Amino acid sequence: MKLFILTVMNGLTLAALYFLVASGFTLVFGLMRNVNLAHGSLYLLGGYVGFNVAEWTGSWFLGVAGGFLGMAIVGAILQVAIFRRMQGQDLRQTLVTIGLSIVLADLMLAVWGGDTYQFDPPSWLSGPVTLMAHPVVKYPLYRLVLFLSAVVIGIGLWLLLNKTRIGMMIRAGVDDRGMLSASGVNVQRVFAITFALGAGLAGFAGVVGGTALSIAPGEDTRYLLASLVVVIVGGMGSVTGAAIGATLIGLAEQLGLVYSPTYGVVYTFLIMVAVLAFRPQGIMGRAA
Amino acid sequence: MSKMTRRAVLAVSLAASVGFSASAMAEDTIKVGILATLQGAFTVLGEDSMRGAKLALQEHNMMAGGKKLEIVTGSSDASPDSAVNAARKLVEQDKVDILVGPLSGDEGIAVKNYAKTQPQVTFINGTSAAQDTTLRDPAPNFFRFTTDGAQWQAGLGEYAFGTKGYKKVITIAEDYSFPYTQVFGFMLGFCKSGGHVVNKFWVPIGNKDFSSIVASIPDDIDAIYVALGGADAVNFLNQYEQAGGDKPMIGGSITVDQTVLGSKGKQQEYIIGTPSAGPIADNWDNAAWKKFVADYKAAFSDGFPSPSLFAQGYYVETLAMLTALDQVKGDLSDGQKAFRDALTNLKLDTPTGPVTLDKNRNGIAYNFLTEVAKGDDGNLYNKVVKVVENVNQTLGLPEDQFMALGPVGRDNPSCP
Amino acid sequence: MTMTTTGPAAKPALPSWMKPIRPQHVLTALFLIAYPLVASPFWTVQIGAQALFLGVIALSLMFLAGYGGMVSLSQMTVAGVAGYMVAVFGTNATHPLFNWPLWAAVPAAVVIATAFAVLVGIISVRTSGIYTIMITLAIGVAAFYFAQQNYAIFNGHSGFAGLPSPVGFGLNWRDPMPFYYMSLAVAAVSYFAVLYVSRSTFGVGLQAIRDNARRMNALGFNVNLHRVVAHGFAGLIASVGGLLYVWMNGRISPGTIEVGPVIDILVIAVIGGLRHPIGPFVGAVLFVLMENFAIDLISPERFNTLIGLIFLVIVLVSPDGLLGLWRLVSDRVRAGGMANGGAGRQWRKDWRKGQ
Repeated sequence: MKLFILTVMNGLTLAALYFLVASGFTLVFGLMRNVNLAHGSLYLLGGYVGFNVAEWTGSWFLGVAGGFLGMAIVGAILQVAIFRRMQGQDLRQTLVTIGLSIVLADLMLAVWGGDTYQFDPPSWLSGPVTLMAHPVVKYPLYRLVLFLSAVVIGIGLWLLLNKTRIGMMIRAGVDDRGMLSASGVNVQRVFAITFALGAGLAGFAGVVGGTALSIAPGEDTRYLLASLVVVIVGGMGSVTGAAIGATLIGLAEQLGLVYSPTYGVVYTFLIMVAVLAFRPQGIMGRAA
Repeated sequence: MSKMTRRAVLAVSLAASVGFSASAMAEDTIKVGILATLQGAFTVLGEDSMRGAKLALQEHNMMAGGKKLEIVTGSSDASPDSAVNAARKLVEQDKVDILVGPLSGDEGIAVKNYAKTQPQVTFINGTSAAQDTTLRDPAPNFFRFTTDGAQWQAGLGEYAFGTKGYKKVITIAEDYSFPYTQVFGFMLGFCKSGGHVVNKFWVPIGNKDFSSIVASIPDDIDAIYVALGGADAVNFLNQYEQAGGDKPMIGGSITVDQTVLGSKGKQQEYIIGTPSAGPIADNWDNAAWKKFVADYKAAFSDGFPSPSLFAQGYYVETLAMLTALDQVKGDLSDGQKAFRDALTNLKLDTPTGPVTLDKNRNGIAYNFLTEVAKGDDGNLYNKVVKVVENVNQTLGLPEDQFMALGPVGRDNPSCP
Repeated sequence: MTMTTTGPAAKPALPSWMKPIRPQHVLTALFLIAYPLVASPFWTVQIGAQALFLGVIALSLMFLAGYGGMVSLSQMTVAGVAGYMVAVFGTNATHPLFNWPLWAAVPAAVVIATAFAVLVGIISVRTSGIYTIMITLAIGVAAFYFAQQNYAIFNGHSGFAGLPSPVGFGLNWRDPMPFYYMSLAVAAVSYFAVLYVSRSTFGVGLQAIRDNARRMNALGFNVNLHRVVAHGFAGLIASVGGLLYVWMNGRISPGTIEVGPVIDILVIAVIGGLRHPIGPFVGAVLFVLMENFAIDLISPERFNTLIGLIFLVIVLVSPDGLLGLWRLVSDRVRAGGMANGGAGRQWRKDWRKGQ
């Protein structure tokens, strides 16, 4: 029972991390139909940049901010310099992101090497907390913080999308891009902001995720795939869907690891296939 | 490749112009290919292995047996397919006489199988440590002067049981052949001493979140045997520490090597005192080893604080080649017969002790029992506890008994 | 899966597709046939044959993407399934199971791999366009994980080694020349099959679906069936390419079908050009040359940067790959070539509109 509770908590905290990565991915897709297959690279790059900022300033929080801002800037540049030129060419944009991910992965290997990097969060954020005295159940405090931050960001995104002007523009853009620009909105600015926000979330996740786990080459592909599966299951373009998808995938992965380690990794993909079979557009997705 | 075809290929692509190194093979030159993982996630390890090979070559002034050595580098990304591709290029295009490499286990088996199709070339292993590179179905022209993953654990099981007093342990390792081999080597000694391995956790490769594995670790054990490499080891250690775990650890050969010792983070304090075993030990008090480390540091300012087992492995293999070439005065005639005989009968003095070959051309060498300690400079290193001399591939068992144990796997061996 | 399922395609307009035979086609054919007579074994197998069978696998992607508008990233996986099955059913040195003779193992492998491709099609065609790329990538990775974890059939991470060379008619078909000609034959048959199918009723229907699925649906076409059949046909091609792949290396393991090689196939197809079946072969030649000789040009560490940049430049400059570049240049040279250039531009418009 103790093991089960801990495993479920691990699943939920992992889901929190997946949500952070996937929400940016789904946001960008929802508005721009841009399947950003370099999203995982932004996660890893954000982690590295955050690490260097944290080392340099000595502050983990500045590292988190550095990861977010650094990738937000990269995202805005990508949108303005490249994707803007190929508006509406879904496939070509996706191919560009694949090319970017190949080059970025190799350049990151050149700059940061094959080492594993581990962050040093403030000491009051690390170590175990005792959840229950009898029997003793301890849980890493940091993972609880990770979960909380995902909830806060999830709510923040919801508020941003539903209660602010820019959010209304983004939602309008998701529903009908043509109408949005026809109504006099500077669509390009909305696009750039959204891309910056999505990329920034990936960079943010890179730092907080890298603190919970670690950052090393290969993590880019891993989180890209996690994002893909999460949004395919949850429904493309839906932030709520990303939350649901992340929860399913996080739980499946951790329960699988404990109770059926051999095929644990395959279960997440089985969930994906099952969802596709019954609801091709994903749980929260709208029919294309 | 004639001029005509060349032009035709050029018509298809400009890139065809590469690779026509007009290799007019001079009589007094021997061509050597060195194959390592210079792409992908193992690049750092591959680079250190190249340092080891370079060091041996430099010490010989790029000469052996009175002939000049011409070196061609090959690169893989640690996948067996890419290793075979690179080996094929070195052998069939660059026409090397001798090939040194590859670096990782499954690559080794793939290259060994390729070696069978190229009997005219002598293959000398890099640091590939799979048992079956030499134990089962060996290739007559494939030599390994290093030892395999089970040999690397020689003495560790006895030490953990006898000296450390661990009676019940669990193992945590990645789910593929190299960790199977390591666990096999550890358990052979540990089970025989009377220890119990109550559970084995095989973690899928690439898994980063060990929190649920950590939660499943039973309370009534004495220690955890961990054979994870690189990112995975650091992840596990960090998460175990975060969850408040306090069981001591026993390390596989790559769990506490330089990549892990040199990584940044809090688990550094926790791993101090961890016993492990492997083919090298940073502070072995031996003149040849100390000279090797000093030479390595002098030659490569960008290297690790101390040479990794990859640098040591490639150094030993390259040194074996150079020594044998010296013995036969660079004579590679008659299908390299004299050279191979020299290799087979070599008694090689290396920085890590003397090495000889068994009948499968696998190394019989020293193995080092170590414990992690903190140096005066603040860097962690592996302190020598014991040197196990002349470890052979059957770990001291008669060959028929050892073969009867069967190939390594998830469930072999077992002593719950 | 044979083309009989397409019914009306039975009467090929042979003269029309035989018509554009020009001197350079004859020269190319002669060159391809004469090549191993002058090339060294390394150039025959590692460059020549490998470019041909990688081209075949990429051709299956080109068929799906170019004519069907479905960029399937699981084509290397299909090829890998064929390779795995020939190891499982046939003989191998690591983990022998069935030890069937090759004449039984090869058809079984091709049938299973094609069935797998059809399954991928059934799963992925329910969503369309850009979703395909994500779903097929996820399926490919799932297959990789499964092969890596399963020991009973796939022998886990180690996979299979020591696959015997195909022997028959007194030849070892893994010897350089026979292997090259076998690869050439497979490439030629696949190439002409794709060309033929693209001009059949089925192929024309597929292209019409690519351009406007809704209209074709309204016209009474079974859109999804067309797409699934396309996946099956492409799967058949990819699986034969996969057989050549494992025969060349004599081994297969999960590393053969991991994300890297899966993306490589896309890179090959896109670099060459998704517009015409010759594109994947052009891309494969460039890719194989770079893979083998980048180490002599620049340091091997940055091979991926080089290939990634070439890929990026081609996607940014010429959506039709090297073929498109070639057309662009030749259009400029032949100032009067309006018709040809017009067609090229029209297609580029289609490309943008498609998906």
